[in-house]
Amino acid sequence: MLFDPELLWLAGGILSLLVLSSGITFAIKRRSGGKPNAVVANLEARVNAWWVMVAVFSAALATGIIGSVILFGVLSFFALREFITLTPTRPADHRTLFWAFFIVTPLQYYLVGMQWYGLFTILIPVYAFILVATRSALAGDSESFLERTAKIQWALMVCVYCVSHVPALLTLKIPGYEGQNSKLVLFFVLVVQISDVLQYVWGKLFGRHKIAPVISPSKTVEGFLGGVLSAAAIGTALWWATPFKWWQAGLLSFLITLMGFFGGLVMSAIKRDRGVKDYGSMIEGHGGVMDRIDSLCFAAPVFFHLVRYYFT
Amino acid sequence: MTTQDLAAWFTRVVCGVRLLPIGALPSTPAIYFANHSSHLDFTSIWAALPSSVRARVRPVAGRDYWAKTPRRLRIAKEFFNAVLIERQRVTVASNPLEPMLAALDAGDSLIVFPEGTRSLDGKIHDFKAGLYHLARARPGAPLVPIYLQDLNRILPKGDFLPVPLLGSLTLGAPLQLAADETKAAFLLRAQQAVQQLAK
Repeated sequence: MLFDPELLWLAGGILSLLVLSSGITFAIKRRSGGKPNAVVANLEARVNAWWVMVAVFSAALATGIIGSVILFGVLSFFALREFITLTPTRPADHRTLFWAFFIVTPLQYYLVGMQWYGLFTILIPVYAFILVATRSALAGDSESFLERTAKIQWALMVCVYCVSHVPALLTLKIPGYEGQNSKLVLFFVLVVQISDVLQYVWGKLFGRHKIAPVISPSKTVEGFLGGVLSAAAIGTALWWATPFKWWQAGLLSFLITLMGFFGGLVMSAIKRDRGVKDYGSMIEGHGGVMDRIDSLCFAAPVFFHLVRYYFT
Repeated sequence: MTTQDLAAWFTRVVCGVRLLPIGALPSTPAIYFANHSSHLDFTSIWAALPSSVRARVRPVAGRDYWAKTPRRLRIAKEFFNAVLIERQRVTVASNPLEPMLAALDAGDSLIVFPEGTRSLDGKIHDFKAGLYHLARARPGAPLVPIYLQDLNRILPKGDFLPVPLLGSLTLGAPLQLAADETKAAFLLRAQQAVQQLAK
């Protein structure tokens, strides 16, 4: 699997992108004359963090489903941590939260790892849904009960359930594409993340009209259109690495970049509501884990189910 | 790397508290005081201090709790080098101020929780007089306010299962007891200094 030439082409492409970004950052830094500049420092931190993220992601993907399940399980755990920290809960929720972190999250990823589709797709929407409400009710505190339970359920859905659909892509049995699913994961993550980067770049270069100034001051119509369309174009051009025809790859890329935008927008709305700029500070230049994977949340389950419905 | 450094790193990972830059801290023996809501409070402050500062800092803790079992006593004394003070039966022979002043005089810093006990309702309660007596006895020692957030959500009083949320620690500007300041006024000012650090 590791010597799949298409996989090597993808990896080579990503590596070239990283080298290019570091080169551009270096050139910008040289031009600014070595004076301390917040934007340039942030750009440099972001690019450096990308190197680390790509390295970790590649290592996980290279070890197959086990590595990917562990990596995304850990990411979910950190994202849930950031999300719940921002969410007001009461002491009566303590044991519910313990369940969420140490039972529900590992179990969800365990089920993905053992490829039990029938259960991993309903564990959180059905069983954790009931568990969270019941455990908090048993703790006997009715103050803001609905808000508290809804927030914990939401956190589990977004941070754990949705994100677990990325490694779940490895469990799909696509005729004629057996043993090649890591390319599908790479394609998905690459298109969604590059859409984020391109929206940022287009927005910085041509951004004029804000889409939702209250929710996300940095999202502009120009950034959105430029980013989504150029990322969809890149996705189309990568059809050879997927089980799709070129136009199918294009359509799916467009859909997942759109879902990525929606995910980012919704996670921003939550941040604004809680009055913070970032979910955390774990990834230098990017913010928290949740700030980096916000666009994957909505895109992953939709992509998973579309591929499962039409291609397996 | 000592066992203490490892434990401090582990505490920072679990509690989400970040290492404080050494430049932000006073270079002389200081009195760090903070709000109190969890067992993780003193370990978090202890863990957030840079290694060289941590080696010379002594958490002040209630003898009634920490001397209850030999194991607790060993952890408090040998691992954290805590100053154990009497909270219940204060007599002339067991004046809690004496061991604290001795530690300051020996060049160590202190971590104190002027509320006296862990708060259950998330509010910062009235400060006990100890901080004032310390400030009056050693006017040269900077009093550094610290606000601890969300640690009670990680490990609430009375629970033993932690939930790994991201706690945070905010350091304030050092205070000094003013020349003609009354006890009540000083304690209120100190309490507000911690309160103001809350977001």
